[in-house]
Amino acid sequence: MAKKKASKQNKKNTRVDFTPMVDMMMLLITFFMLCTTLSKPQAMQLVMPSNDQNMTEEDKSVTKASHTITIFLGGNDKIYHIDGLPNYEDPSCIKETTWGKDGIRKVLINHTTEEGINPVAKIMVAKQKLDEKKVSTNMSDEAYQKELSELKNGKIDGEKIPTLTIIIKPLDTASYKNMVDALDEMQICSIGKYVIDKVSPNDEKLLQQRGIK
Amino acid sequence: MGKIKIQKKDVWIDMTPMSDVMTLLLCFFMLTSTFLQPEPVTVNTPSSVSEIKVPENNVLNILVSPKGQIFIGTDNKNDMNAMLQTVTDKFGITLNSTQIKHFREDAMIGAPLNVLGSYLSLDPEKMTEQIQTLGIPTDSIDGGMSEFQEWVKAAREANPDLKVAIKCDATTPYKVVKRMMSELQDMNENRYQLITNLKTAEE
Repeated sequence: MAKKKASKQNKKNTRVDFTPMVDMMMLLITFFMLCTTLSKPQAMQLVMPSNDQNMTEEDKSVTKASHTITIFLGGNDKIYHIDGLPNYEDPSCIKETTWGKDGIRKVLINHTTEEGINPVAKIMVAKQKLDEKKVSTNMSDEAYQKELSELKNGKIDGEKIPTLTIIIKPLDTASYKNMVDALDEMQICSIGKYVIDKVSPNDEKLLQQRGIK
Repeated sequence: MGKIKIQKKDVWIDMTPMSDVMTLLLCFFMLTSTFLQPEPVTVNTPSSVSEIKVPENNVLNILVSPKGQIFIGTDNKNDMNAMLQTVTDKFGITLNSTQIKHFREDAMIGAPLNVLGSYLSLDPEKMTEQIQTLGIPTDSIDGGMSEFQEWVKAAREANPDLKVAIKCDATTPYKVVKRMMSELQDMNENRYQLITNLKTAEE
C-alpha cells in the first residue's frame, strides 16, 4: 500500500506548469517581431561616368541623333523630353510629357529611329519571350542575365538592331524620387544605355526660353 | 460529486504543442533577424522595380535627409574606428576615451569636424537630439577635399572592398544628391547602390 501511494505522488509531480515560460516566449517573440527588418531593402545599381577631365574626344562614343532621347526632370514632378539632339535655336523641340506608362514610357516605346524601327518595343517583346522561356525551361539565373544583357545591347535572335541612348538630365529643382523614377523607366523598358548628365549652359538657355524651372 | 470531478479534469489544457510552436517561431526570428540600424533621421526611400538585394556586409552607407544633411556609416565597427583614427590624425583632433566610447556607440557619423569633440562629449540622449541638426559638410577645405570626401577616403582605406550604398529621402532635392555624387565621382567612386523600396511595375 505504501509503495502504491508513493508512485501516485510521483506521477502527479511530473506535470510542470508551462504558463510562465509560454508568457516569456510570447514576450520575446513580440520583441523580435517588432525589432527586426524582415524584408531587406532593394538596391538599384547605378554607374556614373567618371569626372575625369583628361578624357579625349575619341573616348566619347557618338550616337546617331535619331538614337538619342534627352529627358529633363523639372521641379514639381514635371518631365520633358527632346527626341534626337537638342536644337539650341528652337525651344519648341522640348516636349512635355507625364510620368508613368501613358507618358514617358509611351514616348520611349514609340520612338522610331531613322531605320524605321522601334527598338524599345522590339527589345521589350524579346524580353517578354525570354522571361517566358526562363519560366518554362528552368533557365539558370546566370544564363538569363547573359541573354538579357545581349538583348539590351540590341542582339535579338542573332540579329543586331540599333539601341537607344537615353540622357537623363535632372534639374536642380527635381527631387531624388524623380531621378529614381526615371531610372526605373529605363529598367522597365530594358534600356541598356542611359546616363545621368549635368545640365549644360546651352540646355539651361534653352530651358529658360521655354520657361521651365 | 462525480460530475464535479470530470469538470475539474477538463480544465487542464496541454500547452506543450503551443510552446513547441512558439519555440520554433522564436528560434526563427532570432536567427533570421538583423536589427534595424538606428538612423539619425528618418528617411523614406522612393520605390523602384529593381529586385537586387543590398549586400549584407562591406557596405558604406551614405544617408541624405530630406533637408540635405549627409550622414555616413559602415556596418563594421572596426572600419568605423579606423576611419575615426585616420580623420582625427589628419586634422589634429584628440579625443578622450569617453568621446571614443560615444563614437563607437553611435551608428552614423554626422558631426562636422569642428564640433565633433563637443558633440561626442554630450550625453548619449542629447547626442541623438543634436545629430538631427548636424550633417557632414560637403564644402571643400581650402580648395582641397571636403570633410565628406575625407570620410569616404578614410573608409576606403580602412576597407578597400566597400560598396557605396546611397539612401536618400524621396523628397531630397536633386541638387544635394548631385553635389554628393559629383564629390564621389571626383574620387573615382562611380558605382553606387541606390537603396529603394520594392514596387511592381504599373501595367
